[in-house]
Amino acid sequence: MAKSASSLSKIAGNTMNWLDDRLPVTSFWNAVMVGYQAPKNFNFWYYMGSLALLVLVMQVGTGIFLTMWYKPSAAEAFASVEFIMRDVEWGWLIRYMHTTGASFFFILIYLHMFRSFLYGSHQAPRELLWVFGMFIYLALMAEAFLGYILPWGQMSYWGAQVIINLFGAIPEIGEPLTIWIRGDYFISDATLNKFFALHVIAVPLAIFGLVLLHLVALRENGSNNPDGIEIKANKGPDGTPLDGIPFHPYYTVKDIFGVGMFLILFSFILFMWPDAGGLFLEHDNFVPANSLVTPEHIKPVWYFTPFYAILKAVPDKLLGVVMMGTSVVIPFFLPWLDRSPVRSIRYRGMWYKVLLTVFTIAFIRLGMLGMAEGTPAQTWEMRIWTLAYFMFFVLLFFMSPGGKTKPLPDRVKG
Amino acid sequence: MKILKLKIRATTLIATAMLLLFASSGAVAAGGAHLEHSGANINDTASLQRGAKWYVNYCFGCHSLSFMRYNRLAKDLQLSEEQVMENLVFSDAKFAETMDISMDEDQAKAWFGKTPPDLSLIGRSRGSDWVYSYLLGFYKDESGAWNNTVLKNASMPHVLWELQGIQTPVYRQETSENGITHEVIDYFALTTPGTQSVEEYEETARDIAAFLEYVGEPAKLERKKLGVWVILFLALFTFIAYLLKVEYWRDVH
Repeated sequence: MAKSASSLSKIAGNTMNWLDDRLPVTSFWNAVMVGYQAPKNFNFWYYMGSLALLVLVMQVGTGIFLTMWYKPSAAEAFASVEFIMRDVEWGWLIRYMHTTGASFFFILIYLHMFRSFLYGSHQAPRELLWVFGMFIYLALMAEAFLGYILPWGQMSYWGAQVIINLFGAIPEIGEPLTIWIRGDYFISDATLNKFFALHVIAVPLAIFGLVLLHLVALRENGSNNPDGIEIKANKGPDGTPLDGIPFHPYYTVKDIFGVGMFLILFSFILFMWPDAGGLFLEHDNFVPANSLVTPEHIKPVWYFTPFYAILKAVPDKLLGVVMMGTSVVIPFFLPWLDRSPVRSIRYRGMWYKVLLTVFTIAFIRLGMLGMAEGTPAQTWEMRIWTLAYFMFFVLLFFMSPGGKTKPLPDRVKG
Repeated sequence: MKILKLKIRATTLIATAMLLLFASSGAVAAGGAHLEHSGANINDTASLQRGAKWYVNYCFGCHSLSFMRYNRLAKDLQLSEEQVMENLVFSDAKFAETMDISMDEDQAKAWFGKTPPDLSLIGRSRGSDWVYSYLLGFYKDESGAWNNTVLKNASMPHVLWELQGIQTPVYRQETSENGITHEVIDYFALTTPGTQSVEEYEETARDIAAFLEYVGEPAKLERKKLGVWVILFLALFTFIAYLLKVEYWRDVH
């Protein structure tokens, strides 16, 4: 027994040596996982990144299986999705993983971004890290929008109709631009085919490239932490940060626990409540697309509704489109708008806590109002929260340099 | 310990935010027609079998279920091939085929003004409460035509009227906030009794609602049962992962 075990490990060792002579497997692993010193005080908010990566892989995996059965044609798309749900072995599970995964991707990304608002992770020297992250978010929005048309239900059709028509508000080039996007004068088979191509290969490739850049930029300066102080400022005699621990095995093992917790929540939705009361899978999307019947209430999926609310809050169409576009673009500049001398909310004054709380409520409330019918009272409320959304960035720019701060600790506090 | 405490604080924060979001999203959502609670239970196989029988006898003449296969129905409703072929198939359809109808679309349009829709997914787009309320909501209005409280002025006649009987509305005056008085339906009077009692008819409507909920997503029967096992496994896995994490992190603090 012992002999065979030792000879087995000898074979494994030899194989590894053979591999290492030809490909830097061990040295790469040591450099980016074991040799990487991460702050020891990561909390709840630091699970989101690795979980988002997990969901990305899951979306690609389930997506590949879905394309084996899905038919990207206006005549067959809706029925092919139902074929997957009913006749394909485990098809329902694969599709629900993909639809639930889409919503959870956004939940994770929103929490991941919120972490930066809490701990100032976007500040120098991590500006590019944040900007790459914002590009990933933008690509993700495109990916989700393109994917939503594929089931070819009423909400796929009319949601896409509304969003594409927004481009028509641009003076001069608006009309031709919408025709170019659709590949037709209205949403049709041509649009569906085009969106399918972009959804399954073009945008995912871009996302993978951006994620790679995001990770390379992350490893360059290392992670920020809840205290927002540089752990590299305090090094031990051996040259490693006193508050740092090797990413592997400490955070790999911790992230496995995070994955477990996440999958419990994910599975609960997937198996028990996959449409999430119409939030993740909209009821109207179980009616086949019909260009002659407009649904009573057209709204985008929940993760777009904060921006949709900003669009609806503005009476003028062009101005509304501009405001909505600005609301998506403005967070790109967060590293330069936030001029606070400290990073973490723990050492910023009350002013920042108030600003961030109002901003958070504004974003959530806009999301809720964006899916509502739009009574006059709701329109006014949307205007107030739209103002609050933009004022966060304006006030941050002016208040952050002189805003009150607390003294920073020398070492992380956990 | 400190990390754990922080974690709990942040989790509570998120949970509260999510709760607030869901609690108030109800307030934002649109009203629409008031729906009765159906009490439909797709795990009640006998109810699904009765629902299938009612559906095939009363609805299937006009409303196809073109995504549903007879053999899947047999398997999920615990019926044999003979039972299905003898009791549920009145056409020359094969056992493995989908539940289509032979009604001509143009003729249907001429009769009803609109082709009766396929109901494969009505359980998903509208839900079982809607189906139940719709089946209970037929009444004869002043013009003597069929109308429905859930779907106003739809062209569908009350095909189950022999079972339910005929309801006529009794109106009352209601004054709204801005002082305008208008008539609303107070309650229904059963002016012509049907072959079923009120309770029996509600049961019939519930069976059909459950059947259509099942047809909307046959995998629902399987997915909830499987989900329990998946979550139990994950709970065990996560517990072990937690112990592993604690073991590794012993030397950090």
